[in-house]
Amino acid sequence: MTMLPATTEKKLGLVIDLDTCVGCHACVTACKGWNDQGYGVPLSDQNPYGADPSGTFLNRVHSYQVQPVDAAPQTINFPRSCLHCDDAPCVTVCPTGASYKRAEDGIVLVNEDACIGCGLCAWACPYGAREMDAAAGVMKKCTLCVDRIYNENLPEEDREPACVRTCPTGARHFGDLNDAESAVSRLVAARGGYDLMPEMGTRPTNKYLPPRKKDRPDQASLLAPLLDIKATGFAGWLDRMLGKI
Amino acid sequence: MHPAPSVIVFTVLSGIGFGFLAFVAAGLLPVSGWGAFFVWGLGYGLAVVGLGASTFHLGNPQRALLAFTQWRSSWLSREAWASVVTLLVLAPMALSDWLGLGLPRGIGWLGAGLCLLTVAATSMIYAQIRAVPRWNLWTTPLLFLAFALTGGALLAGREVLAPLLCLGLAAALITTFLLGDQQFVRRGANLGTATGLDRIGAASVFELPHTGGNYLMHEMIHVVGRKHAMKLRVIAVICGAVLPAALVLLPGHLGIAFAVLVHLAGAFAARWLFFAEAEHVVGLYYGARG
Repeated sequence: MTMLPATTEKKLGLVIDLDTCVGCHACVTACKGWNDQGYGVPLSDQNPYGADPSGTFLNRVHSYQVQPVDAAPQTINFPRSCLHCDDAPCVTVCPTGASYKRAEDGIVLVNEDACIGCGLCAWACPYGAREMDAAAGVMKKCTLCVDRIYNENLPEEDREPACVRTCPTGARHFGDLNDAESAVSRLVAARGGYDLMPEMGTRPTNKYLPPRKKDRPDQASLLAPLLDIKATGFAGWLDRMLGKI
Repeated sequence: MHPAPSVIVFTVLSGIGFGFLAFVAAGLLPVSGWGAFFVWGLGYGLAVVGLGASTFHLGNPQRALLAFTQWRSSWLSREAWASVVTLLVLAPMALSDWLGLGLPRGIGWLGAGLCLLTVAATSMIYAQIRAVPRWNLWTTPLLFLAFALTGGALLAGREVLAPLLCLGLAAALITTFLLGDQQFVRRGANLGTATGLDRIGAASVFELPHTGGNYLMHEMIHVVGRKHAMKLRVIAVICGAVLPAALVLLPGHLGIAFAVLVHLAGAFAARWLFFAEAEHVVGLYYGARG
């Protein structure tokens, strides 16, 4: 059970576009909403209306500042959730067989009925993808909405993960990364999609698309050279004089 | 990492328990009759109390028996098997010593080897985790084995071997501290690789995803007590290794008792540090080094 499958038929996963993500946290809310009533025990909150609220989430959106060498700093919104790794360290450390990776589609899941809540899988994951539910004492993680994507009771357009379905900017994409012709694979190829922390040797399925190159002020407008205004007259004289001091 | 009391008690007591059982089983503390009963009982008691403490770390301990199923891939499962098999293999030897059955000492030697395997398996639960670079090094099994052997030799009152093992433990502790300090940087993970944003520039945290705490921050981004790390390291080496080496040479059982108690204080300090000082790479996402 906790042996990883040598290969998986499909590699279902997410492609997250850091260029288009606006950091609205709609995916966080949609994920929490769906997983409150779907697969396994609900995602609990502790003291939600009190002074020190906390709770279990399967997806969290960070914000980072990046300072390029020769350009203005940028804000990057960064959703973080399970990457459904090929070499998932969270699966092999599990002593009970509760953690497993599905051979058919590569989704990493927790069988909560077998989870003893030892927390070792959360320690083994470099990405913080797993959170122990404080109310139920079992490990929770992204299921890639396994109870949506194959659910024939839902209209076809809803058969994708809740975070993808809800994203208002189309920054999240869902598909088979094993199929080189799939929309997500082509997106990864075209935009240079990459793995997080490759040095951990986890071989993640999910990919992140880097922010596109931003326009520079001097490339922004054909009129830009004209904006380089030189002081003339008295101001010009003052400029030259002050420059000499 | 959060230094959970249950896990600290588990690793320290089961470590010294199996270390002591190894010495008794190998016949290095010749005992018979009721003396044997109490000596074996102490070894079993320490090991079993330690193993029992580990269940307090579980969210659903009622399913703990399932932890025996995944020995092919999981070190935690292997540790469960190793500890139970060891205690079962040693049982006839213990009965033989107590009741004078005269069973061959070979059973004890096999059991002593299994004791050390059990401690090694315990250490691998931590040493296997790449996401905690400080643990993910050969020094972790070395340190756990050094503690088990030293504690066992002190309890067994070995007047030559115990001080020598104490010196070995001091060396193991210092090596672990020094190499461990470099591990995070050597692993090469930083906010740039964690986010992939090193492609465009130098990344820093602009805003956290939430204002409150969460499981990850509580469990893996523990920072309390790091400011006392240096003092605790000194306490670990002095109490864990240096003082017991001298105390065990005092005549009588009192010397052994003192040596063991001081050693245990050092062992608890060292194990607390083992967790509190270990940085998990997930801390990078939160702007901490762990």
